[in-house]
Amino acid sequence: MQNPTKTRVKLLMNEMTSSQHTSGAMRQQQDVQPEPTSAPVLRAEARNLDFWYGATHILKSVSMAVVDCKVTAIIGPSGCGKSTLLRCFNRMHDLYPGNRYSGEIQLYPEDRNLIEMDPGMVRLRIGMVFQKPNPFSKSIFENVAAGLRVRGVADKRILYERVEQALSGAALWDEVKDRLHDSAYGLSGGQQQRLCIARALAPQPDILLLDEPTSALDPIATAKIEDLLTVLRNTVTVIIVTHNMQQAARISDFTAYMHLGKLVEYGVTEKVFTTPQSPMTNDYITGRFG
Amino acid sequence: MSSIPSSVVDADSECLIGGASEAFLRRRAFWNRVAAWLLFAAAAASVLVTIGIVYVLIRDSIPFFEQVPLSEFLTDTQWTPVFKNAHFGVMTLVSATLTVAGIALAVAIPAGLGLAIFLSEYANPKLREAVKPFLELLEGVPTVVYGFFALLFLTPMLQTVIPGLSGFNLLAPGLVMGIMILPYTASVSEDAMRSVPMGLREAGYALGFSRFRVAAQVVIPAALSGITAAFILGMSRAVGETMVVAIAAGQNPNFGFNPLEGAATITAYIVQMAMGDLPHGSIAYQSVFAAGLVLFLITLLFNLIGFYLRRRFREVY
Repeated sequence: MQNPTKTRVKLLMNEMTSSQHTSGAMRQQQDVQPEPTSAPVLRAEARNLDFWYGATHILKSVSMAVVDCKVTAIIGPSGCGKSTLLRCFNRMHDLYPGNRYSGEIQLYPEDRNLIEMDPGMVRLRIGMVFQKPNPFSKSIFENVAAGLRVRGVADKRILYERVEQALSGAALWDEVKDRLHDSAYGLSGGQQQRLCIARALAPQPDILLLDEPTSALDPIATAKIEDLLTVLRNTVTVIIVTHNMQQAARISDFTAYMHLGKLVEYGVTEKVFTTPQSPMTNDYITGRFG
Repeated sequence: MSSIPSSVVDADSECLIGGASEAFLRRRAFWNRVAAWLLFAAAAASVLVTIGIVYVLIRDSIPFFEQVPLSEFLTDTQWTPVFKNAHFGVMTLVSATLTVAGIALAVAIPAGLGLAIFLSEYANPKLREAVKPFLELLEGVPTVVYGFFALLFLTPMLQTVIPGLSGFNLLAPGLVMGIMILPYTASVSEDAMRSVPMGLREAGYALGFSRFRVAAQVVIPAALSGITAAFILGMSRAVGETMVVAIAAGQNPNFGFNPLEGAATITAYIVQMAMGDLPHGSIAYQSVFAAGLVLFLITLLFNLIGFYLRRRFREVY
């Protein structure tokens, strides 16, 4: 019997390549052979993932592939389990009692189930940015350096290099380069959130998890973060949870729609938003529900 | 009110339904004023008492400083107010006071911080609730008991390890005082650490921090103002503590910071003088007030440092 998850991933890949074909075909209609496109590389993949908090069954057999260097958005109404799913990827639930996982989240390329790994090890590889900016009570520099220091980087020169790199990557360098050693709390909310992104990016994580990173920010700060995510696109593997559908449509390559703990729909963002397969997704994205 | 028959509501009664009467509003305003004045009086009383104490301290110190120049008071290294050839070097008492307080903090800071970290970051709620009553018990032990504990138990025990230790010394009361202020510093620090939002800890864990690293690098920096305040207040208490040092540190005013020798602290000196029969108005009598003033200023200094640090490390989260 064929693994249903495998099929799902294959379908997803086909969808992705075919959508690229379409645009290719538009440009070069006379071509007999379509351009060969490289198959997407997977970074991680949830397979039949179930999750409980105490007696509450929150995630129900979720299977989802995370494509390398692409932005995957998880959308859905409040309480659908989208944040819970995200927090499975870095085992954040393990900080609280009563968590129970079943199923697996494979990490690629070594094909290991992160549910069975040490949570600390998982978190050394998968970074996260939270809903509310949460910089440490330290200087801007030390905030970004924190993730490097825990990974054993002690050389001042390397630290400075990587901190500058991360802050530039988070489009914050120009604003803070003259006050790297001031407290992070002197920054505005939007700057703090970009600092948190820099902090998560500095150790070059395999996957960056973003849990509604703009929900506590004003529209201008939100726009800056979205610009930043667009820049990061194609260089970092991102999973973003958002309650903002326009945001998902704007910045993601793939979109997953969740409802009541189940993954209802998952595919290339354009398709999910233009021709959703499930009526539930359609209702949600057209604003009829949620 | 016209719609309600006068047989039901007579003219003098007030009710809020359908608009309050003039009399009601007047009475309410009156009682509001009374309440405000009573509360103001309560607040003013504490301020007035403080001002009164400072006033008495300063007023009765002035005649002392008319006879003893401030330079001698601060630089002389002997304190012999009742001798014929009297010396008034208050630093003699201050040195002993700071030595004891320093030893107390050397015990209370590591132990208190460790205990606070354990309770706040490691212990599960059940264990925490089991440990806390013991801390409260430790806090409830009368200081005179601590004093005798230092003199009759700890000093003999320490003497077996440190042969040169005098029967009265600063080490034993310092250690005991550290244990005495430990519950206070630990519980205030723990409160400060527990009020650090979970989101900040999650940020640390998400970077791959271990539990200890989260405590040391995330929680403590965020709770630093509260922790500093705890230790500054603990220091204030150690400086002002009387019974332990009066019993176990001896009453010899010795200048120096040697913890193995006995020495009178400011508080111990005041107790000694207050229990003797000093002639009112004598220089020795006035020296008690001068010593009290110094004690007050030291405590004030620590509180100001605490205030400054608290502002500097104010939690913003």
